[in-house]
Amino acid sequence: MDTFTPWSALAGGVLIGASAALLLWTTGRIAGISGIARGLLSDGAAGFAWRALFLVGLIAGAWFYYALAGSASHAAVVPRARPDFPPLLLIVAGLAVGYGTALGRGCTSGHGVCGLARLSPRSLAATLTFVGAGIGATWVVRHLFAVQG
Amino acid sequence: MNGARYARPVASLAAGLLFGFGLALSGMTRPLKVLGFLDVTGRWDPSLVFVLGGAVAVATLGFRAVLRRHAPLFAGSFELPKNRAIDAPLLGGALLFGIGWGIAGYCPGPALAQLAAPNAETLYFLPAMIAGWGLYRITAGARRRPREAGTAR
Repeated sequence: MDTFTPWSALAGGVLIGASAALLLWTTGRIAGISGIARGLLSDGAAGFAWRALFLVGLIAGAWFYYALAGSASHAAVVPRARPDFPPLLLIVAGLAVGYGTALGRGCTSGHGVCGLARLSPRSLAATLTFVGAGIGATWVVRHLFAVQG
Repeated sequence: MNGARYARPVASLAAGLLFGFGLALSGMTRPLKVLGFLDVTGRWDPSLVFVLGGAVAVATLGFRAVLRRHAPLFAGSFELPKNRAIDAPLLGGALLFGIGWGIAGYCPGPALAQLAAPNAETLYFLPAMIAGWGLYRITAGARRRPREAGTAR
């Protein structure tokens, strides 16, 4: 199932880039998911509507894809839970992703897509760091501790 | 502009729809796909290079065109991050984020997109990620300026 899929990957990436350009063009905002979502927790009333609607759209967009692709291929396109993946690792990882994206002011979308598109050295440094750390952590989990799932 | 009151949220919803559809189509909402990319010593799957490449290419061209304007369509001004420092919070945060990403295979967008098709993992990862945001807010966030410049990321 998880083989090399360059065309769907490229098409999906193009849509993500188009989304970022659309958001900047219309609202003047950067499409960084962690920043948009964190703003919901801290911004109070200001900016609540656009942030909430962006995230509603994000969830609905994924849902539309699953509905379309599922009916077109009859295959299970919806992500499934890994039966043997320890819940504790999911919790630790979630905390790290949350705290880390808050401290580092951005995630894959904010630094990785929008920051690189703005040719920001700060975002390039962040992106190289989190991709490097991701490769290291995956190696530790999969190959050192042999957790698959 | 009065219409902007409604136009802005609608445009934001449209951008979100594109983003979520793109995420799911690209494979990034499947953690095994993401880990297949990060697992460079295993059966490496370079698909995510195409996701990031496509997204950055389109966003670069789009941003260049958009930023020639004096202002966005439905807002007074562009709100771009002003912080340019490559400092310890940036690198420490990115390191911590990368570790979490590499353990479980979720970054924030795909983690939220899980709500489109929740499974058992959603129950653990998503609340933990939101708790991480909250934890930052009540610890480090309290010591910083009450409102950071350029939070939108």
